[in-house]
Order: sequence, then C-alpha cells, then structure tokens
Amino acid sequence: MSDPKQESKFEVNKTYAEINARIKAGEAVVVTADEMTDIVRQEGPVEAARRVDVVTTGTFSTMCSSGVFLNFGQTNPTIKAQKVWINKVSAYAGIAAIDIYLGATEPAEHDPLNQVYPGDFRYGGGHVIEDLVAGKAVFLEAKAYPTDCYANTKCKKEITLAEMPYALLCNPRNAYQNYNCAVNLSDKIVYTYMGTLKPNCRNANYCSAGQLSPLLNDPLYRTIGIGTRIFLGGGVGYVTFRGTQHNPGAPRGDNGVPTRPAGTLMVQGDLKKMSADWLRGVSLRGYGTSLAVGLGIPIPILNEDMARFTGVSDEEIFTHVVDYGHDYTNGIARHYGKVSYAQLKSGEIEVAGQKVPTAPLSSLPGARKIAETLKGWIQSGKFHLGEPVDNLPSADFSFNPEK
Amino acid sequence: MTKIYFLRYPKETSSQPVIYHLIQRYEVEFNILKADIRPQRDGIMVVELKGQKEKVTDSLDYLKSLGVQAERLAGKVHRDENKCYQCGACTGICPVAALYIQRPGMEVIFDPEKCTACGLCVPVCPVRSMEISFDPMSDTTALA
Repeated sequence: MSDPKQESKFEVNKTYAEINARIKAGEAVVVTADEMTDIVRQEGPVEAARRVDVVTTGTFSTMCSSGVFLNFGQTNPTIKAQKVWINKVSAYAGIAAIDIYLGATEPAEHDPLNQVYPGDFRYGGGHVIEDLVAGKAVFLEAKAYPTDCYANTKCKKEITLAEMPYALLCNPRNAYQNYNCAVNLSDKIVYTYMGTLKPNCRNANYCSAGQLSPLLNDPLYRTIGIGTRIFLGGGVGYVTFRGTQHNPGAPRGDNGVPTRPAGTLMVQGDLKKMSADWLRGVSLRGYGTSLAVGLGIPIPILNEDMARFTGVSDEEIFTHVVDYGHDYTNGIARHYGKVSYAQLKSGEIEVAGQKVPTAPLSSLPGARKIAETLKGWIQSGKFHLGEPVDNLPSADFSFNPEK
Repeated sequence: MTKIYFLRYPKETSSQPVIYHLIQRYEVEFNILKADIRPQRDGIMVVELKGQKEKVTDSLDYLKSLGVQAERLAGKVHRDENKCYQCGACTGICPVAALYIQRPGMEVIFDPEKCTACGLCVPVCPVRSMEISFDPMSDTTALA
C-alpha cells in the first residue's frame, strides 16, 4: 500500500479498506455534509481530510424514474402473465411469467388524467409502492394466454409485500445532481412537475437539497460509482449504474459543481427492508403521480480534494432559472439568470429585476434526517462503505492551485 | 384582537341583514373572506373579526342567539402531520403565509391562526396532507 501513496499528489491519502477498518473498530469520524461545510471553512481541506473519514449526505424529494421489480408468486395452474394491474395500476409484464415492473408515474386505469384540468392524479404507481411498503394488502389482477406449461389465463388475488417472493426497488434515474429553478413567464397558471407556477413570474420553485445533496458533494463522481452502498428508502441500497440522462458534460463552476442538471444515479435495493416513511406516493396536480424517495450516500474522505468537495456550501452551488410557461415544453434552451441555493433558500430571488418568492419541493428536514441516520448507522458499525467496482462517466477537472 | 371565524347560517337566518346589525350594535370590524349564503338555504361565511375582546364576545353571543354557529376557523383546518413530509410546495401557494418556511432549518410550519381556508394548498400538497373540514363552497371556481 505504501507505493501508491508515495506517488500521490495528495497530502492526505486514505483507502476504503482503512476507513472501513476504522468503522469496524468504532473509531471512524463521521459528519454530515452540513457539518463538513463548517469544518472545512474553519480548518481547511487538508486538516479536515485528516480528521474526517466519512461525510454523509441526504435528499428526500419526488423522483420520477422510480419503480419496483416484483415477482408475485405462481398460481395453480401456473400463469404466464401478459397484462398485470395492482390496485388498478398497470404494471409491465413482458419480462417473464410472473416478473413485473411497476413504475411510479403510471396512473390508475380510468383516471380522468387532465381531461378535468388540472387533473388530481390521486393514485398511481408511486402510491402502490408506498402501500406495499406500508404492509397494506393490494389487489393484483393478471391476464394471460394459455400455454402448455402455463395453463392459467387469469388471476385475481389480494397480496401483501411479505407474501411476494421478491421485490426490488429499481430506480433508473434518481438523485439528480442539481436541477432547474422553475418560473412561469406566461400569462396563465401552469401545473408542472416543478409544482404549480403562477403567471408572470410570481413564484419560483426549486428542488435540491443543496449542500446536503449527494452528487453535489462528489461533483466529479470520484467516490460514488457502481457498487456504492447507500441509504435508500429507509433501507440499504446500491448505486448500480449511471442513471438515465446522466450528463457529466454539463457546465461547471471553479469548484467542479455543475450549474445545470448533470449527473444521475440508477439505484436498487431490497424493497422488503424499506419503509413507507421514506417512499411516499405523490400526486402532482396537472402532471401525474410519482414517488418521493429518501436517499443518502456516504462519501469517504480519501484525500483533501474530497474534503474540499464535501465542504461545499449553498453559497457556492448555483442553478439557472428556467421558464416552464413556454420555454421548457417547446424545447427552448434559454435561462433567466443564475442563482445560488443560499439565495433560493432565503425565500426570495431576483429574476429580470423583479423580486420573486421561492419555495422548495425537496424536503430539507427529511434530507437532514437521512444524513443523520446514515451517520448513526456508520458510527454504530452496522454500515460499511462499498468501494466502486467501476466509476461513472465524469469530466476532466482539477482545482485551480492559485485558489 | 383579530380572529378568523367560520359561521354557519341556518335557513331561517340566511335572508337577514345579520352583519349590518353586528357592525351597528357591537362596533366590530368585519372582513369577509368567503361567503356562500343564498335565500332559503343554509349558508357559510368565513370572517375576520376585529375589535375589543368584550365586543367580539358579545357579537358572537348575538350570532348564537340568531342560531348562527360560530367557530374558530383554526379548528376547521388541519394538517396531517403523519402525511406531511416537509417538502415546502405549499409555501409558494399560500397567499397569507399560514404555511411558511422557518429558517434556517427550512421546516415547513402551518399556523392555523393565519389560515383563511382558501383551500389553495389542498390540491397543491403532493401527499394531500391539508384538510379543510367543511366543504370550501363546494365549487372549484373559487379556488382557481
């Protein structure tokens, strides 16, 4: 181990194995990303890297591109399900006989959608997931064509999560690294996945945990990669791939932090070990249903660069103001200024000289609780760090030595 | 003192100039936030009453003598704390800051005393944690 350290460009060099050994011995120093911001500010990144082993992050917010793989158990005679509904919400059955995928944004059959505008979207895939995790019985219906090995053509049964042989939360795109601040510059109200936006830019919504958010604390994905063990939905999960729309090439500031939506993660975990406190079905008026996911990632402080990254504060994280009244739906790449999360969290930003009140869509108290919970798990020795077997696609970056 | 009340008018009273008498006799200031009163029908009204404590109490007694039920509105609007996950989506919509962010912790606070039961937060909440325990005028046009 000594050779790579001698070649290292860092003053502080730690390995996953060393940090995990400290966790096992109950000696690891674990702090939340909020706490790390103060530590790095006071002690500098090198001292902070010497002292701190792990920084915990968290985010709790609506995350579309979430869903579950379920195996609902065979019937007698056996069935090769072709169409499946759970609580009237359609699941995709074209995988295998009784394997299905139920997505968070799938509305219930016969939902009036936006025919009565703006639609309420009271129940959908996200709500089914919450009901399953809460231990409620759900109503499963399946239709099939008969085969010699699967003779059954239909099935209707009440079933609970505990009765299913297998359930995997599998979210193809979570934990978006930064996101737009949404306003509406049109003259009529719009109902979007970024919430209800009043006309003529009278409110602005944003959706990120800022300095607590996982990927904003490891902006170049130097430790978060394939195999990273995480807090997912109240249980343990893993980063299994880059998420859909993962875009490491987004513009970045001097601190490496993207100023636009950039990286995303695909995450998975055993649904049976999760909690309905951290997986919540949501109804977004006029848009549809989705799932609010609680997700937290531990970041090992392998060197002073990781200390600098995790020391980032809301003042140093920026996003752009985007119009959802006209631009977004028409694919117009235009923005109305850059704002920091410190400004967004203050409750008011300025857009084109006009003061606009802001509201978050991401739960900060929830994010903080996740970071604290993860910190507790690591301190008690029951959660170890997963060393990535492969990295996610990243971008070239190094800190300016002048600064 | 200023408090918001929810009034329910019985059929018999709904055609009488109740508010006129209240203002004249009890010198209370009235701010009608919402009203749905039709002749020969039950009606509701949400009012902000402002005045000296005794006068407000006397005016409420007078209302009761006419068969008008008067309740503090704060008791009629409720947030289900088990459902709310503190996202904050409601805070951009609430017109009177009864739902607001407490800084620096960013907790989402509901202050029923400030609430006027406009109902805007109800459909905006992603987990439907806001409840108004009377029919907010049974039509959605008032909320739009």
